[in-house]
Amino acid sequence: MAILIDETSKVLVQGITGRIGTFHTEEMQEYGTNVVAGVTPGKGGSQQCNVPVFDTVDQAVEQTGADTSIIFVPPPFAGDAIMEAAEAGIKYCVCITDGIPAQDMMRAKRFMRRFKAEKRMMLTGPNCAGTISPGKALIGIMPGHIYLPGRVGVVTRSGTLGYEAAEQMKAEGIGVSTSVGIGGDPINGSSFKDVLEHFENDPDTDAVLMIGEIGGPQEAEAAEYIQSTMTKPVAAYVAGLSAPKGRKMGHAGAIVSAFGESASEKSQILESAGAKIAPNPSSFGTTVARIL
Amino acid sequence: MDIHEYQAKEILAKYGVPIPRGGIAYSPEQAGYRAFELGGDAWVVKAQIHSGARGKAGGVRVCKSDAQIRDAAADMLGSSMVTHQTGSRGKLVQRLYIEEGMDIAQEIYLGFVLDRKSERIMIVASAQGGMEIEELSEKHPESLVKMSVDAATGMKPFHARKIVYQLGMGEHIRIMSDLLLGCYDAFIDNDAEMVEINPLILTADNQLYALDAKMSFDDNALFRRPEISELRDKSQEDVRESYAADRGLNYVGLDGDIGCIINGAGLAMATMDMIKLAGGEPANFLDIGGGASPDRVRMAFQTVLKDSNVKVILINIFAGINRCDWIAEGIIQAFEKLNLTVPVVVRLAGTNLEQGREILNQSGLSIIVADTLADAADKAVQATQV
Repeated sequence: MAILIDETSKVLVQGITGRIGTFHTEEMQEYGTNVVAGVTPGKGGSQQCNVPVFDTVDQAVEQTGADTSIIFVPPPFAGDAIMEAAEAGIKYCVCITDGIPAQDMMRAKRFMRRFKAEKRMMLTGPNCAGTISPGKALIGIMPGHIYLPGRVGVVTRSGTLGYEAAEQMKAEGIGVSTSVGIGGDPINGSSFKDVLEHFENDPDTDAVLMIGEIGGPQEAEAAEYIQSTMTKPVAAYVAGLSAPKGRKMGHAGAIVSAFGESASEKSQILESAGAKIAPNPSSFGTTVARIL
Repeated sequence: MDIHEYQAKEILAKYGVPIPRGGIAYSPEQAGYRAFELGGDAWVVKAQIHSGARGKAGGVRVCKSDAQIRDAAADMLGSSMVTHQTGSRGKLVQRLYIEEGMDIAQEIYLGFVLDRKSERIMIVASAQGGMEIEELSEKHPESLVKMSVDAATGMKPFHARKIVYQLGMGEHIRIMSDLLLGCYDAFIDNDAEMVEINPLILTADNQLYALDAKMSFDDNALFRRPEISELRDKSQEDVRESYAADRGLNYVGLDGDIGCIINGAGLAMATMDMIKLAGGEPANFLDIGGGASPDRVRMAFQTVLKDSNVKVILINIFAGINRCDWIAEGIIQAFEKLNLTVPVVVRLAGTNLEQGREILNQSGLSIIVADTLADAADKAVQATQV
């Protein structure tokens, strides 16, 4: 088992006919992901990447049974695409799009909360690299070959830092159950805590590596959960030790604007909650090895 | 994106927020003429820079005569003003705002921000304004009134009334709640990230005025706010950052000597951390993004080299959507076209690694190759010490 996605996930690609959507759909198919449909308004009835394209998510779900979606829709329309997926009954959605206005995300999240818990879609991202359960399914844009299948969960804001972790773990012979990118935006679909809960309840995950960044309250919220509830060991790193206060470091959400949002403060909070802190970003592999 | 005080006031005024009368000036003569137009016997000359705390830096001066106004304007215009928010390089003063003097009876703090924890708009107010919010929450935490509003349903009149009564300003309920609702609309309609009026003043004759105002906007929403994008003032940006932004590169200038070219914001921050732990200082943050072509790599070199402090360039690419062979070709292009004199440390990983390494090896260029993140940082720091 893994969390969120596996070989049984039926995947729908929103924005499949765009250049980026097509490219990554082919990559996902090559990895073995079960892509069943695409959606592009106005292109319904055509075929792309050997799967049928529909005008609406509703139609795609009805005719193919898709339960998982990945969004490559441009920023002005991505908030709408998320809400469309939520209403059509998609269970899990990954939004890759970078650059969605914060107000659009606030509205999309509020829209998702209207559904009862059992019908509510889980969203990860936006502005993330996606999710991979190595050897089972890849729903994202990461290079699949760097991940070894295994029993350690990874949750990270940054895409490339997640790759770095996967490679270092592979060098130590450590595999990944699922790696989840939650994205670099200030308002995102799922927090570290949301994903940690899934790992805590997954019988096939033994430990978790969490990679945070400066800015926002989510690492502190995760620390509370690690301390109060989590039984599995957690290794952690928070990037941005050298980031000056008040400056945006690439990700829209990576900005120290309040007390407790700097890398050193977050590391301290996580350490006192019982997480093993990787002393530097070159020691993800060795730190995970020590908590197993 | 930030804008100037007078621009924020113009926007807020459209939403019914009362502002003092004033005018913009680009020269001491114009400043004097603005005061003449306004009339009265006291004026305030205010430097327009993208920073708070201007008062302490001499950027806000009360004047009582034409001569004083011209002197103040001459002092400020063309100077580089350093506040505790600008960094040591300061910000260039190119415009002044000349405002009528006000008779202040009470100062109020008012701020609207996007709160990441509740994912709502947070309103913070205090009946004891006039100092910065950090200082205020330290000295008078009991005076702070906070309320969060769901952007999907909006701020209602009762929300505004609640804040006014909590501030103890019940006698001004009407004008004060109209002002709060106006600020909220200005925030939502323009995709703001922050609206701050500090101070909002009450005059001796019970009139409200926004004496100072600040607004900043969500960069991701600028595509649908052309009237806001138009207010961008490049003179207030770090020249290195404007150059990079105009070329679609994500760059933040810092004070060290190791120039960084990296893909991904997280990896870029982590590489800078590694440099710091190895005893060095990064000169910049630069995220080259996904799918970087050789041209883009060369442009990244040009951007990093705009900073004369750079002694070494460190390239760290973990290619997912990127391709190591393209990155390698870009590095070679940069060597050929830019006449590089600084040492270059390169660490490549991921997609097409072998081809990338091969290209670098065959080029015969003196590139310092590193295998891991730690190795790259160590070699870059060593290269600065030669």
